[in-house]
Amino acid sequence: MTDLQICLEAHDLSVRYGGRPAVSGVGLQARRGRILAIVGPSGCGKSTVLACFNRLHDLNPACELRGSIRLDGQEILRPGVDVLALRRRVGLIVQRPNPLPLSIGRNLTFPLRHHGMGRRSDRQDAARRALQRVGLWEEVKDRLGRPASELSGGQQQRLCLARALVLEPEVLLLDEPCSALDPLASAVVEGLVASLRGSVTILIVTHNLAQARRLADDVAVFWNRDGVGYLEEQGSADAVFTSPRSPISAAYLEGARG
Amino acid sequence: MAKRGAARFDRVIDTALALLAWLVALLVVGMVGWIVADLLRQGLPRLSWAFLVELPGDAGRSGGIRPILISTLLILGVCLAVSVPIGLATAVFLAEFQRGHRGFGPLVRYSLDTLAGVPSIVFGLFGNAFFSITLGLGFSILAGGLTLACMVLPLLIRSMEMALRAVPAEHRLATAALGLPQRVSLLYIVLPAAAPGLAVGLVLGIGRALAETAALLFTSGYVDRLPDSLLDSGRALSVHIFDLAMNVPGGGSQAAATALVLVALVLLINAFTSWAARRWLGSLHSTTF
Repeated sequence: MTDLQICLEAHDLSVRYGGRPAVSGVGLQARRGRILAIVGPSGCGKSTVLACFNRLHDLNPACELRGSIRLDGQEILRPGVDVLALRRRVGLIVQRPNPLPLSIGRNLTFPLRHHGMGRRSDRQDAARRALQRVGLWEEVKDRLGRPASELSGGQQQRLCLARALVLEPEVLLLDEPCSALDPLASAVVEGLVASLRGSVTILIVTHNLAQARRLADDVAVFWNRDGVGYLEEQGSADAVFTSPRSPISAAYLEGARG
Repeated sequence: MAKRGAARFDRVIDTALALLAWLVALLVVGMVGWIVADLLRQGLPRLSWAFLVELPGDAGRSGGIRPILISTLLILGVCLAVSVPIGLATAVFLAEFQRGHRGFGPLVRYSLDTLAGVPSIVFGLFGNAFFSITLGLGFSILAGGLTLACMVLPLLIRSMEMALRAVPAEHRLATAALGLPQRVSLLYIVLPAAAPGLAVGLVLGIGRALAETAALLFTSGYVDRLPDSLLDSGRALSVHIFDLAMNVPGGGSQAAATALVLVALVLLINAFTSWAARRWLGSLHSTTF
């Protein structure tokens, strides 16, 4: 991989909660416009690592990050970094859909307005495009003023995806985006994630190895040693799935362990 | 056989518990009903528009309660003007910035819980010593309102903090993950979402302030003239009721009529507060796109 291809890169990343190590020594690379699947058993720090990339851990004073993360070559763990601007460039989708307690339309126009998009018609255009991009426009165009909580789980998750996309992020962090959805809705969201390949750099945490196989360009396998998560193996999806170097990831990917 | 006996025993106990629960509930409703019925029986004949707008005469035995009603609203106004901004700001501080079990927050919470348990007469003594004497406000509506503000603050803060904490953390997480500052999430999401709970806190505080008598005797005094300014002494409804019932022979029915006005005032303010809270909550679901 040449440096130009690397969008997001973690080096010797460690996370501690209240002084107790949760993840240590992670070195991870995400290629621009590609999908990196992060897999591994529960409790090996996949979600913890994911939330480092938009510094959401800043909200938790007991959480401490060490090491380095570079976005387009720029260090983002330095103290002086504009965290709000960073989070605008690096979107996050969590496991359970979390629409804001606003109407469907305002879930998209609210962040735009408070990011300084002054004209209402601009906001509405951007919101419509984002809804079309996630295939929700036809389903909701007649009830944009209804509360977002009235949507089904799958629709809510697509709304959250649209809400992240409306800010035109460079990177999307997806933390098990399909695990709270039924199989049909899950397939729709998975298809959407695949359709974003090439335009957005995606890091997706998933427990579903079949999904990882279908989606991923690259794969990172996490494991834990004495309760501390670490990166066991990383490489292109083909290499990791067909001939994993580490016996642990080989066993895990075969479904024998974890 | 033993099994069937045990099942029957369980059924008897269940029925007895259900009966007990009903009985207790009836008792509560009955007590409220009795109080209201007694007030209505004694006070309703005296109640009229004139009662609300006339000056009291003959130590309150005749005439109306106009100055007392105005003093009460002024005292409540001072109390809320001071306690609501301070209370809301402290609740936001505790709920949004001091969520943990360490640091400054727990100390504040502990102090507030202690203060909430302090008898009102002690607040009255404090208010008299500090506002009336040290700050030289004398017996005045201002001193009374400020004393009430001190008294209702712990209640207001703790209930408002609970209301803010009840707003799902996901909303804060969602706004943070969108790169929006905490100010935006607080003003446009968290506060409107917490509005009904905040209103409950406010209603509790107003109820406690309107019911207060002991603390006001020392601070706003019991002069039943129409106050000229906030620095004038003024008699609150609760003080008037106390005076009529205890110190004025033959004042019983006037006391009951005044009590009816007080109850109606509390109900009116509660209704208005919850209406305003619903409007605020409704701002979240504004249909504009």
